[in-house]
Amino acid sequence: MSETLADWAEARPVTIEGRTKAHVKTRSPVTGEGPVLAGVLIAIAVIFLLLFLVLPLAVVFYEAFAKGVGAYFSALSTPDARSAIWLTLTVAAIAVPLNILFGLAAAWAIAKFRFPGKSFLITLIDLPFSVSPVVAGLIYVLLFGAQGLLGPWLKAHDIEIIFAVPGIVLATVFVTFPFVARELIALMEDQGTGDEEVALSLGATGFTAFLRVTLPNIKWALLYGVLLCNARAMGEFGAVSVVSGHIRGKTNTMPLHVEILYNEYNVAAAFAVASLLALLALVTLVLKTVLESRFGDELPGKSRRH
Amino acid sequence: MSLVSQRNSILPGFGLTLGYTLLYLGAIVLLPLAALVLRASSLGLSGIWQIAMEPRTFAALRTSFSLALAAAGINVVFGGIVAWVLSRYEFPGRRLLDAAVDLPFALPTAVAGIALAAIYAPNGWIGVWLAPLGWKIAYTPLGIVVALVFIGLPFIVRTVQPVIAELNLDLEEASATLGATRYQTLSRVILPTLTPALLTGFALAFARGVGEYGSVIFVAGNLPYVSEIAPLLIIVKLEEFNYAGATAIATVMLGASFFILLAINLIQAWSRRRLGYV
Repeated sequence: MSETLADWAEARPVTIEGRTKAHVKTRSPVTGEGPVLAGVLIAIAVIFLLLFLVLPLAVVFYEAFAKGVGAYFSALSTPDARSAIWLTLTVAAIAVPLNILFGLAAAWAIAKFRFPGKSFLITLIDLPFSVSPVVAGLIYVLLFGAQGLLGPWLKAHDIEIIFAVPGIVLATVFVTFPFVARELIALMEDQGTGDEEVALSLGATGFTAFLRVTLPNIKWALLYGVLLCNARAMGEFGAVSVVSGHIRGKTNTMPLHVEILYNEYNVAAAFAVASLLALLALVTLVLKTVLESRFGDELPGKSRRH
Repeated sequence: MSLVSQRNSILPGFGLTLGYTLLYLGAIVLLPLAALVLRASSLGLSGIWQIAMEPRTFAALRTSFSLALAAAGINVVFGGIVAWVLSRYEFPGRRLLDAAVDLPFALPTAVAGIALAAIYAPNGWIGVWLAPLGWKIAYTPLGIVVALVFIGLPFIVRTVQPVIAELNLDLEEASATLGATRYQTLSRVILPTLTPALLTGFALAFARGVGEYGSVIFVAGNLPYVSEIAPLLIIVKLEEFNYAGATAIATVMLGASFFILLAINLIQAWSRRRLGYV
């Protein structure tokens, strides 16, 4: 309808072929801003995004190589940097699978069955997103720290959680808790239970139905959730900072190592380690964009928040 | 769909998966949060109030809340424009910029923090141009606002974008044919429809900003009473083994985030009633 309006008005011919209809429609003069206002709006948006998003990213890579390629690689190969990279990979390798398992279980229970208190349960699952990372670290210190509720018991049994790797894993699991679950819950609620029922009626066991029917149905949403979960797990700073104790070579993750180097005025080295994390963010964004554009139909709803 | 899922008994695994969900949720989220609540309850409301009103703590809470509010406000304006432009216009680099909006979600906060410091420090990329004018951004409360704008931007854009995509163009055409100028259509037809999404995005960005730590501490300067944020003060108190102080601040912040969560739910309920969608 608006295309005919545009043809009729003929102020600006609609020339964008093959675009989505929204874009064609906006070229219709009555539902778009005038050329001056449009130009100003685009300029504001582009400058704002360049200033706040692109510039910081460019700075990271520029500063990382500011002292040359040799300095860059030697900053990444110090024992402390290596152990930080190793610890970050280890923590993500534990935390992400834990949250995948939880996400699958929670989505199966919530999306495939009806029970009272379901929406309250979903709210609780989303809770870690609304808690400050520092508070997330603090609650584990209050529980497991030397003066914490379970502190004396843990000390008596010689178990270290706070200022040790288990604490870092726990804090990371907490802050990445909802990522996989919320993607899967939203998608599986849309998909209903029809496919699985067919599988069962054809003689499949419940587990086979899950493996051969449910999993292929949700694989892209699962990957999407894992991607976001992993990015946050490797990059988490606040929560991990509280529970880690910053013991070099032992409980230092990559983001914490960045902080230590930076505070020692070893800026180029800090940015070198930071550039690895920025690279991870870029890869995450690219994969995320590919997933959204190619498998958008197999991902839940459009409104995304984290 | 609801009819199908009502037939509970056909699919197996309900007990197992729900049991595991509750166990894991309890162990990772609820039990540790209960530890905080337990600590807080031993302080009592008056105890928490007393600690929160100590000048340094109060200043930190005020800094965190007021600057998060300011940053969310800036983001509503610019994030709103960004969402509008990204959804309504076609220009070179649009898809790239659209993908870049999620950068603050993906970029570790510490990396963002040192990058912003390198830009806005007095000898930084932009700071060096502002210094002769007497403007200082990094190591002042302004630096905190910049960091929080960075962190909060995707919340607004990603909340508003889907609503813009769903806008009914017929309404805009009707408004135009009835003689409204474009400005009138924007302010009287489009803006009211976008308001719930803008408010939700504002609340999300605000909530995230209040609790943000990593990106802020590198550009804040962290001067007590001036540019010290509440999450940092929690860490300071912890390092002093002042568990009561840390607990009190955390409780206030947790209470605030519950309140914001409630506000978001109310906004969405209101929007659903008024406009029929979220």
